[in-house]
Amino acid sequence: MTTSSSAGHSRRDFLFVATGAVAAVGAAAVAWPLVAQLNPDASTVAAGAPIEVDLSPIADGQDIKVFWRGKPIYIMHRTAKQIKEAQAVNVSSLPDPEPDSARVKEGHDQWLVVIGICTHLGCIPIAHEGNYDGFFCPCHGSQYDSSGRIRQGPAPLNLPIPPYAFVSDSRIKIG
Amino acid sequence: MSGPSTFQPQNPVLKWIERRLPIFGLVHSSFVAYPTPRNLNYWWTFGGILSFMLGVQIVTGVILAMHYTPHADLAFNSVEAIVRDVDYGWLLRYLHSNGASMFFIAVYIHMLRGLYYGSYKEPREVLWILGVIIYLLMMATGFMGYVLPWGQMSFWGATVITNLFSAIPYFGESIVTLLWGGYSVGNPTLNRFFSLHYLLPFVIAGVVVLHVWALHVAGQNNPAGVEPKTAKDTVPFTPYATIKDGFGIACFILFYCWFIFYIPNYLGDPDNYIPANPGVTPAHIVPEWYYLPFYAILRSIPNKLLGVVAMFSAILVLAFLPWLDSAKTRSMRYRPLAKQFFWIFVGVCLGLGYLGAQPPEGIYVIAGRILTACYFAYFLIVLPVLSRIEKPRPVPNSIADDVLGKKGVVASLAAIFAVAALLVWDSGSRAQAAGHSPTPPSLSWSFAGPFGKFDQAQLQRGYKVYKEVCSACHSMNLVHYRNLTDPGGPGFSVAQAAALAAEIQVKDGPNDAGDMFERPGRIADRFPSPFPNENAARTANGGAAPPDLSLMAKARGYERGFPQFIFDAFTQFQEKGPNYIHALLTGFEDTPPQGFALPEGSFYNRYFPGHAIKMPNPLSDDQITYDDGTPQKVDQYATDVAAFLMWAAEPKLEERKRIGFQVMIFMVVFAGLLYFTKRAVWADAH
Repeated sequence: MTTSSSAGHSRRDFLFVATGAVAAVGAAAVAWPLVAQLNPDASTVAAGAPIEVDLSPIADGQDIKVFWRGKPIYIMHRTAKQIKEAQAVNVSSLPDPEPDSARVKEGHDQWLVVIGICTHLGCIPIAHEGNYDGFFCPCHGSQYDSSGRIRQGPAPLNLPIPPYAFVSDSRIKIG
Repeated sequence: MSGPSTFQPQNPVLKWIERRLPIFGLVHSSFVAYPTPRNLNYWWTFGGILSFMLGVQIVTGVILAMHYTPHADLAFNSVEAIVRDVDYGWLLRYLHSNGASMFFIAVYIHMLRGLYYGSYKEPREVLWILGVIIYLLMMATGFMGYVLPWGQMSFWGATVITNLFSAIPYFGESIVTLLWGGYSVGNPTLNRFFSLHYLLPFVIAGVVVLHVWALHVAGQNNPAGVEPKTAKDTVPFTPYATIKDGFGIACFILFYCWFIFYIPNYLGDPDNYIPANPGVTPAHIVPEWYYLPFYAILRSIPNKLLGVVAMFSAILVLAFLPWLDSAKTRSMRYRPLAKQFFWIFVGVCLGLGYLGAQPPEGIYVIAGRILTACYFAYFLIVLPVLSRIEKPRPVPNSIADDVLGKKGVVASLAAIFAVAALLVWDSGSRAQAAGHSPTPPSLSWSFAGPFGKFDQAQLQRGYKVYKEVCSACHSMNLVHYRNLTDPGGPGFSVAQAAALAAEIQVKDGPNDAGDMFERPGRIADRFPSPFPNENAARTANGGAAPPDLSLMAKARGYERGFPQFIFDAFTQFQEKGPNYIHALLTGFEDTPPQGFALPEGSFYNRYFPGHAIKMPNPLSDDQITYDDGTPQKVDQYATDVAAFLMWAAEPKLEERKRIGFQVMIFMVVFAGLLYFTKRAVWADAH
């Protein structure tokens, strides 16, 4: 054992703390790429580019399902009855209040475009089923109306609307 | 050394757990209070370094397995997708592939240290044999890992190594079939190798636990080779050994990082950037550097069965070392004769490593046989005889006495030199069946060196050359239009890349009616292939399919010769590929030299192996219009397209070098701090 002054001690303490701090910074820097690699890779991101969908083959009252970024998107050609039902609801009585006009593009009332994933736990609701002329999720019984709004069951939110725009009257671009 | 723990936790929660599972006491007695000889030198830090490397390999390996596809048709491209598309995928892949080499460098030093200081002698025989088992498992793991990228060397390495077992009498062929799961190396082989490559590291980890357990029962050997007698001979593992190991590991990481960030392909073989082709064996097939000595032994014996027996014996003989060397003195520090023979043995191993990389012909075969004889003679003759006739120098009374003595600086320096030589011996003869081609001239590339960057204008010109000339015959399957906009690339804007992509027609479908249809390209599309399949490419090009160019700049190399290839590790020379591409494109000659019989449909090229190439001279002056006023000469075109191909093969080069510089700075600072911390900690012990 050597004798050491208190100045020597504090210098050593500083050294130990500095080394430990640098080691901690290093460990955090190493963790970064190990976590970042879990992100979608560049090819997945590139494959998620916008898609265009032609609406002309979809007749009144029909719906189609297309995939964008691995998610099913329902495109429903609503009947006049469905539109009327959706608009007639008292918005404030809904679990997730949203008027029908906020769920479709202006002037395109007949087209409902929603991500077909139940907001409860991610199952795919079935179109044209349930009590509200909209969607019915078979997993846990959530029911959505003809505007894709939650009306009954455990799901907390309306079916989300994907980003899309009309490029012409009969063509939309999703994404 | 190990007994009931003296660890007495104060915290009630720890107390509660400790009474039921004494895990804190185990950790405390094994890694804190554990007495470690105070005279251990830095060669003893390699145990810690190896544990660290095992951890690195397991962590990076588990992550790579998340992105890798073990299928013969997809494996090669999935590895490239990791490098190109996954966030930090290039880093993880290079960490893992170079990590294998680092693991072996460390294990060879660890083994030679054991050999030199007699760490295998009583009472550490079981400890030593466990080590030999770990080494064997490492070799199996390393080999199967090398198969996974499914390149040419992967495939042919798998073929050659599995065929070793066909030498076994009676059962050989059946065993080989069991290994393959087919009539040849193929998809089932790749699948089982992937499964086993994932399994074996955990087996290694298990044996490492036994290894450490045996170590903590027998206690560590030390440079003096005398057992600790009093408390004065030892220091507690923590903080003394911990901080010293930490410093050793930090230095090793610096060395490791040099490879990862600056010369990641230095220890690899260019042929493994060519996808596996069961129809063509590479002209010069060599295993990874760490197997080369044993490969040399295998080839030295002109009999299949005996060659295989000799190769495995060369490893298994190590397990009998405790009984072959019966000398009472452990450390060769006090054995003047044994010490000399030890260094000769190290030289023999290095020599065998060198020969393993040479073509099996002429003087190399004879030298290989002599060194093989020397290798076995060391274990079977030299050590047994020496242990009987050698008169050792007196050993110190105690470890404390030894600490006061002087240290073997010369030996350490010699060993460091030897290790450095071993490291860079490898690529010594990564021949490309050279056929005595001249060495391509080394150009000065903007992307060379630690701060190298691609020249965007040059890449754009190179892309133009590729698009207007090369792409007529060559595909570039791994490059997408989106890559043209990536940072560190040619720097096209998204709009420019989209416009370039829109020029091509891509087959897509089926549509709603079930028909395939053509649509304009998008930036997510890959560069188009000029031919629908390989057979069409072959037929249209006189029987030689034009190779895919995506990895061309890493898939071609040439001999730099000894000692140049050693300097290359220090100068970070990684530009063999672009040099070769430039040389090839400028190396056409209209008339072959006198006496050269040029086959029909071939063209003479100075730099092409064998000189007869099926590709006609593709470039001529003023063929491609450069908008930026760059001279429109063949030499300029060749340089530009070579740079473009280098980017295509290594698109993350700039990111790699940039992060590398940051990591190097950080590690230098960290290693420096650890050094001073270590000095401060050890100041009490001296």
